Amino acid sequence: MDLNYSAEDEAFRLEVRSFLENKFPKDIGERAKAGIRFKKDDYYRWHKALNEQGWVAPHWPTEHGGTNWTPVQSNIFDEECFAAGTPRQLPFGTRLVGPVIIHFGNDAQKERYLPTIRSGEEFWCQGFSEPGAGSDLASLKTRAVLEGDEWVVNGQKTWTTTAQYADWIFCLVRTNTDVKKQAGISFLLIDMKTPGISVRPILTIDGDVQINEVFLEDVRVPKENLVGEVDKGWTYAKFLLGNERTGIAGVGLCKNDLENLKTIARSERKNGKLLIEDPLFQARLSRAEIDLTALELTNMRMLFDIGDEGTPGAIASVLKIRGSELQQRFAELQMEATGSYALPWQQGALEPDWNGKAVGPAYAAARSPLYYDRRKTTIYGGSTEVQKNIITKAILEL
Amino acid sequence: MDFGYSEEQVLFSNSLQKLLSDSYSVDVRRKLVAEGPGYSEDIWKAYAEMGLLALPFPEDMGGLDGTSVDAMVVAIELGRHLALEPYIPTVIMAGGALKLAGSDAQKSDLIEKIISGDLKMAVGLTEPGSRFDMAEVSTRAAADGDDYILSGVKSVVLGGDVADKIIVSARTSGETRSEDGLTLFIVDADADGVTREGYALLDGRGGADITLENVRITPSAVLGTVGQAWVIMEQVADQAAAALCAESLGAFARVNELTLEYLKIREQFGQPIGKFQVLQHHMADMLIEYENAQSLVYRSSMMADSDDAAMRGKAVSSTKVYLGERGHTSCQSAIQMHGGIGMTAEYELGDFVKRMAVAEVMFGDVDHHLARFGKLSYMSG
Repeated sequence: MDLNYSAEDEAFRLEVRSFLENKFPKDIGERAKAGIRFKKDDYYRWHKALNEQGWVAPHWPTEHGGTNWTPVQSNIFDEECFAAGTPRQLPFGTRLVGPVIIHFGNDAQKERYLPTIRSGEEFWCQGFSEPGAGSDLASLKTRAVLEGDEWVVNGQKTWTTTAQYADWIFCLVRTNTDVKKQAGISFLLIDMKTPGISVRPILTIDGDVQINEVFLEDVRVPKENLVGEVDKGWTYAKFLLGNERTGIAGVGLCKNDLENLKTIARSERKNGKLLIEDPLFQARLSRAEIDLTALELTNMRMLFDIGDEGTPGAIASVLKIRGSELQQRFAELQMEATGSYALPWQQGALEPDWNGKAVGPAYAAARSPLYYDRRKTTIYGGSTEVQKNIITKAILEL
Repeated sequence: MDFGYSEEQVLFSNSLQKLLSDSYSVDVRRKLVAEGPGYSEDIWKAYAEMGLLALPFPEDMGGLDGTSVDAMVVAIELGRHLALEPYIPTVIMAGGALKLAGSDAQKSDLIEKIISGDLKMAVGLTEPGSRFDMAEVSTRAAADGDDYILSGVKSVVLGGDVADKIIVSARTSGETRSEDGLTLFIVDADADGVTREGYALLDGRGGADITLENVRITPSAVLGTVGQAWVIMEQVADQAAAALCAESLGAFARVNELTLEYLKIREQFGQPIGKFQVLQHHMADMLIEYENAQSLVYRSSMMADSDDAAMRGKAVSSTKVYLGERGHTSCQSAIQMHGGIGMTAEYELGDFVKRMAVAEVMFGDVDHHLARFGKLSYMSG
């Protein structure tokens, strides 16, 4: 047994660091540190920097621009990006729809969509969830009916992240109502400018708008925008959700959170001492750091077990459950450490073009919004309860 | 990065597994506890034959030059099979202290006998009233010519009931709670002035309170540098705690296996109780805790040999805290999901639960290690 990375992996880490130092826009990093919200342009500029480096879609096959990184290297890359405060790379193009097009799309689709996914010229969003189809995704009702050379789509998608920025949406639509619910779903690519699509933003409890409702009313979609075969969309969706799992633990994010938390706890005071020296607070901080260490090691063990190839099995559910809980706990501890100044609701201070002056310490304004935002982590990507069902079936075989 | 057993470790683990499953049935184990001597002399000899007792010692002393990871591989099996022999006190603790601080004469005299299975030892580092603080030592060692005269009490010494020799800490100078001024002494269990009160711990293993009344120690039985024992004590306690956690992990694996099996065979309301989602999710939680505990056990074993006391201490305390808390709640869930059968002494679950309870408290409980982790992590800067 050995905890150390190989010499190649250490060299790779240095290469990533040097790239981040030279190519990650400094102004975005500074805004991230201050807790200011990322906008479309921030995501785009980061995407562009990655693309210029050839690192925008590392997990794609090399003939489409992939890097052939090992799972360990991908993990190192994620860790370093979080430590540098980069925006999350929006997953919808490169991580989610890209691989589906590569594996199941035809040549014309690959030619049409992959270049602009790589370049970031076209933003994507994901049309899966519906008001009546959340954890039970296969019960989705949005209908697509073939009329001549066009699919006519009617229905509603919801919780659609960054739909307000998106040029395209990939949708699961019902194309057959006479079969078992999983067997009547197709995978459709829809231009967001098509008449009949309207987007209504959803304000969430953190005070931000990242998710939307997307209404589809007699939306006419060219026949050739269907990926793979009719009624096989559920298979593609499962493939896509499997890809969503890698890096799901969010270890790098939590490590970054831990550093922020310690900074706050070394700045706040209690009973004439630093908060970090308070036994009650320190005990909770210690528990969170210990849990994070355990998660990091469990993640590394999984990377070791899957080797250079392959994808993680149901053990990824263990990482998702614990990782999402920890992301919540670190946000919660940061808010609590901030004390009373976590209470003023200062939404303006989180906007990039704000000219006002926030009350309290510089870190205060973003703490409670972050706490409320993170409540989503145990809900999206398969809720904690759904993950436990997966563990039950796949590992425990109950 | 490597989280797998080496070829040698696989072999060692397999042959130990075979030895223990062949010789440690529930009935055999319970008879040893009920009728004495609380462990099996035959199995101790078998350990010696397979080289288990030689594991951590240097090759030039007849040892196998093993690391704390090798010790972990052994301890996981000892825990899985609830082995009763004083392996941790003799080999890990006393062996570790001798390796780190022993004179050439002490090493050649004692290590050879440990390896052959002819010497059992224990290490007493805590006292009544000191709780888990090893620096709070009231036992005094007064110089008398070249000799020392020891008086004091050592509490709940693991393996102290059957040890031939006991290494104890005593204060040769300094204030009661100072890390300076502590010295280790090798005491014959049958020396004049030594009385021990042996007992079984709740998991059936032996322990003892050792009372020292004007026990004369010659210079040859002073272990290491006078007044400088603290670093040795800390390292020995960390290695012991790491091994104890590995044992606890082995027991944890069995707790989960027994519970999962029970969920599949026990039927109520016309179906196996494992079909009920509320129980499925409890079981999933136990699996999550086990996986994370395993990660920390691996890590603390990989770090237990480090000279960097802060890094080592943080790693070991992390594991003690995590296994202490999460193992504890998992055991409670296991009993709960078993229902009435989990309450019976006849069923084996309780034996594993109790083994984990000893590991939770011995060498420092959750609060102790939580405070230690916090001090090492956040108080230095």
